[in-house]
Amino acid sequence: MIKSKSSSSLLCSSLSLARVLGFLRTTLLNMQLTLEFGGGLELLCDSKKIHNVNVEQQNGEDKLTMKDLLSWVRTNLIKERPEMFMKGDTVRPGVLVLVNDCDWELSGQLSTSLEEKDVVVFISTLHGG
Amino acid sequence: MEEERQRRGGGVRLCCLCNRQRASLKRPKTLQQICRDCFYRVFEDEIHDVILSNRLFSPGDRVAIGASGGKDSTVLAYVLSKLNHAHSYGLDLFLLSVDEGITGYRDDSLLTVHRNQIQYGLPLKVVSYKELYGWSMDEIVKMIGVKNNCTFCGVFRRQALDRGAAQLKVDKVVTGHNADDIAETVLLNILRGDIARLSRCTSITTGEDGPIPRCKPFKYTYEKEIVIYPFYFIAAATSTAAFANPSPLSFTYAYFKKLDYFSTECIYSPNAYRGFAREFIKDLERIRPRAILDIIKSGENFRISTTTKMPEQGTCERCGYISSQKWCKACVLLDGLNRGLPKLGIGRSRAGITGRKDRNENYGGKSIDNKQCGTLDF
Ligand SMILES: [Zn+2]
Ligand SMILES: [Zn+2]
Ligand SMILES: [Zn+2]
Repeated sequence: MIKSKSSSSLLCSSLSLARVLGFLRTTLLNMQLTLEFGGGLELLCDSKKIHNVNVEQQNGEDKLTMKDLLSWVRTNLIKERPEMFMKGDTVRPGVLVLVNDCDWELSGQLSTSLEEKDVVVFISTLHGG
Repeated sequence: MEEERQRRGGGVRLCCLCNRQRASLKRPKTLQQICRDCFYRVFEDEIHDVILSNRLFSPGDRVAIGASGGKDSTVLAYVLSKLNHAHSYGLDLFLLSVDEGITGYRDDSLLTVHRNQIQYGLPLKVVSYKELYGWSMDEIVKMIGVKNNCTFCGVFRRQALDRGAAQLKVDKVVTGHNADDIAETVLLNILRGDIARLSRCTSITTGEDGPIPRCKPFKYTYEKEIVIYPFYFIAAATSTAAFANPSPLSFTYAYFKKLDYFSTECIYSPNAYRGFAREFIKDLERIRPRAILDIIKSGENFRISTTTKMPEQGTCERCGYISSQKWCKACVLLDGLNRGLPKLGIGRSRAGITGRKDRNENYGGKSIDNKQCGTLDF
């Protein structure tokens, strides 16, 4: 009786451990990315051009898209005038986005999925020249 | 790694020009998906074609590149010296910069131009407001406040560039105005009802009746491509033998990769109106990239009816600069500054000075106001 109870609690705790681990995996999916800001956009994030960041994916999704990254950047990196960087849920027209040196218009823009160690570049073309 | 990248976006997209390499850019002009190497080729070839088909230069021409340290003029200086060498244009190229005297700000972009001078091996000439007019922009702002000073900025810069060009004894000045800039200007001129400027602003060469013509080799070049050009440079240089024949230019990739240009928005001018026009153009471009070329085309096709009065060209009695009035705009502004009446010549005449209304309108108070600068571009 006692024995069976302990085994069931053991089973129970290992189940919850698995659940906790799974939970940890999905909530704290950490992705290391290099973000580069140029053409004046760096002025919005502490005048720093290159940011090595760890982006946590929060909503239980197993992947990170550009859409997620943009809202993360807006919350965590942009210190002032967010309207210079974003318009609606995407970048402001005139901001060029390159994912691993490739125009994001070729990879699906907001739906582009990101992977570990990707390099994402944002350049504003709105400043004079 | 390459495989990993190709997985994205539903498979490998090959360049539609060479069909060999992975596409990495969508051209706004044609919507073609092309690779870096092909991008370089078409970007430079198109500018070469524009130069040839519009006969922008003649062999032996001395040409000053208006260099602000910004992206457009930086890329223009590089591409023009490359084409000059590759296609034996026989041009003598110079960098020409204007120092407005804005402390702690212009200094940085002038530094960029100084680096460009070394990188491209082009002689550099800097003319300053202080030396030409006796006033630096900082001093002007101290005198009149931050509100109207961009009128000075715009008028003085334009003339400073011409004076610098005269000192260099060049035959032509080229500026980095791109297709987006020109579309924006067309739109602004429509919004202001400035028909005279509307078609003129689309001309690839202007001021042929004046002392030194100006031209815009980037007239049909999209800003997006100008921004991306230096960015792809290092990749092309390292991944292929594309740069196997290094030009005699002492040019460092590292600088270019770092986008060695300075964002040159004039700190004295947020110029909201121009900003809105710019944003509108960019919104249109996102929906239909061709819109930019179409707006330019609309401007070109505008014919000026005979009833629209065009100002007659003459020269300024005071300094000899080209002017449709007795005094050129810079001289009117300077006169105001020197007499301690800096508002003279700015904006439209007010109701209170009705007697002078005609003269003021005539002499171009309106257009001075219009020529505010949004950027430190020329
Ligand atoms: Zn290709
Ligand atoms: Zn200004
Ligand atoms: Zn004058």
